[in-house]
Amino acid sequence: MIEVQNLHKSFGAVKAVEDVSFSARDGEITGLLGPNGAGKTTTLRMLYTLMKPERGHVLVDGRDAASDPLGVRRALGVLPDARGLYKRLTARENIEYFGRLHGLDEATLRRRCDALIAALDMAAIAGRRTEGFSQGERVKTAIARALVHDPKNLILDEPTNGLDVMATRAMREFLFGLRAEGRCVLFSSHIMQEVVALCDRVVVIAHGRVVADAAPQALREQTGAASLEDAFVQIIGRSEIRAA
Amino acid sequence: MHAALTVFLKEVRENLRDRRTLVNALLTGPLLAPVLFVALINVQLHIELDKAGKPLPVPVVGAANAPNLVAALVQMGMVVKPAPRDPEAAVRQQKADVVLRIPAGYAAHWSRGEPAEVELIYDSSRRDTHEDVSRLRDMVKRYAKIVGAQRLLVRGLSPALARPLVAADRDQATPQARGALIFSMLPYFFVLTAFLGGMYLAIDTTAGERERQSLEPLFANPVPRRRILLGKLGATTAFALVSLALSVVAFAIAGRFIDTSRLDMVLDLGAHFATFVLLLMLPLVLLLAALQTLVAAFAKSYREAQTYLSLLMFVPVLPSVLLIVVPVKAQLWMYAVPLLGQQLGIMQLVRGEALGAAPVAACLAGTALAALLAILATMRVYASERLAISG
Repeated sequence: MIEVQNLHKSFGAVKAVEDVSFSARDGEITGLLGPNGAGKTTTLRMLYTLMKPERGHVLVDGRDAASDPLGVRRALGVLPDARGLYKRLTARENIEYFGRLHGLDEATLRRRCDALIAALDMAAIAGRRTEGFSQGERVKTAIARALVHDPKNLILDEPTNGLDVMATRAMREFLFGLRAEGRCVLFSSHIMQEVVALCDRVVVIAHGRVVADAAPQALREQTGAASLEDAFVQIIGRSEIRAA
Repeated sequence: MHAALTVFLKEVRENLRDRRTLVNALLTGPLLAPVLFVALINVQLHIELDKAGKPLPVPVVGAANAPNLVAALVQMGMVVKPAPRDPEAAVRQQKADVVLRIPAGYAAHWSRGEPAEVELIYDSSRRDTHEDVSRLRDMVKRYAKIVGAQRLLVRGLSPALARPLVAADRDQATPQARGALIFSMLPYFFVLTAFLGGMYLAIDTTAGERERQSLEPLFANPVPRRRILLGKLGATTAFALVSLALSVVAFAIAGRFIDTSRLDMVLDLGAHFATFVLLLMLPLVLLLAALQTLVAAFAKSYREAQTYLSLLMFVPVLPSVLLIVVPVKAQLWMYAVPLLGQQLGIMQLVRGEALGAAPVAACLAGTALAALLAILATMRVYASERLAISG
């Protein structure tokens, strides 16, 4: 369970995030939708305590990110916008490195690695150095790395970015699997179809503010638009006017 | 397992797989300097020792004016060369190193018992000819002294009368200390080796990791950033230390190839020397690693970090140059200054002197304190939000 309350963050004169509140529940996939530069990545960065909010609170399973950042990070699996792998290490070594940093013992580590490598269909690449990996192979490795400590909550920044159709479908199935296990999945995207196909709830962000928070179906009904895309355009459009 | 240790092991493993880092830290860095050093010293020895025994060719103007003088000089090693038409021009144009001119009035002065004059034509701004000029001058002086003594003896006087005072040289330099002059660049070589040994890791673990966008996921792990930094610093220090140790060993082996007996000096780069060098350098290696990481943390890219660090590399040369240009008597406080302390200490070891407990303690404590401050400063930079964002 991830709860976000009145987050504020600015860089100099630019207000990147203004009074953002939402929550992502266990056993649901929550999508953070918004155009490029809306403040999605900054919001997520505050969730996994890479940045400190100027105001507001982040609670993960009831833990406050401000007072217990390590506890929050322990409860989170994170696929950041920056996917950087260590290219002189194999995929498995990349995953193991993060597992050890999470303090897993060697037996648990081996079990988790084997399970993730099987679940993500990575057996063929696990022993290879990540230098020269395709975009899909890189994302898989980064996801396995984020899940190695079996976190209850998962934050994914644009997880399907750069993936082909097959890889995107596989990713979707994988996320549904995580939801079925009762985990809280929060992901950001600027791609409409993505959100429709995946989300139980959509939080729309524009200009650093939350402009809508509902199920995809409800969103369409709210705006009276024929498709979610139209609804999205309407919602963003309203906020443009408000911002101006 | 402790998180810092995990980071340390990963950085070491990753960099051991990087050929460029390995070659630079463990091969060219530690081995190039000793090889270069031995070659330079042997060349220098060769030139100086060879010159002393070699015939000295000198163009002589008016050799016929003083056949006895010329004969005596030839016996001392001078070889008479045909005189150029314009000796001054020949020296200025570097066609001749030194020209001896015997004026026409030489014989007349000589037979009257007045000081006869010969001229040495040379260019004092040409350093390479100093040796030849002073050899020729010595020959002339020696001849004058012999003839002067003979003249006194002929008149029944003791030659000692003409020498009321003698300044006797009592050089207290030990054979090691004579070697020290040549070896005053040795501490700089050690510092440079440690610097190069750690440089690639310092860049790779901070600026490189940020450029490859792996710093952000790394910081999402439940590990305080200072522990991650300690692991990275540890790896950088370890590479620098291995590099330095290899270099010290290489110098110990290279020292055997320097023919010190011809130099009339003793050079001891053995186990005792190596142990103390490593001890004195230990806190400095840590300080360098912290400074390199600090500088690399400010750089936006690998390349930028490389540029900054190449500039930083010139700082350690300062004490070496300073001590060569302005030789100072070592005070205890100087040992506490990082770099300067190591320079003084290592030079003392090269000179074969025992290193007191107080200077060693001052050197270790002063540099360790500086290293601690540098680590704390680097921790502050690591804690900043800006650091992880790759843009």
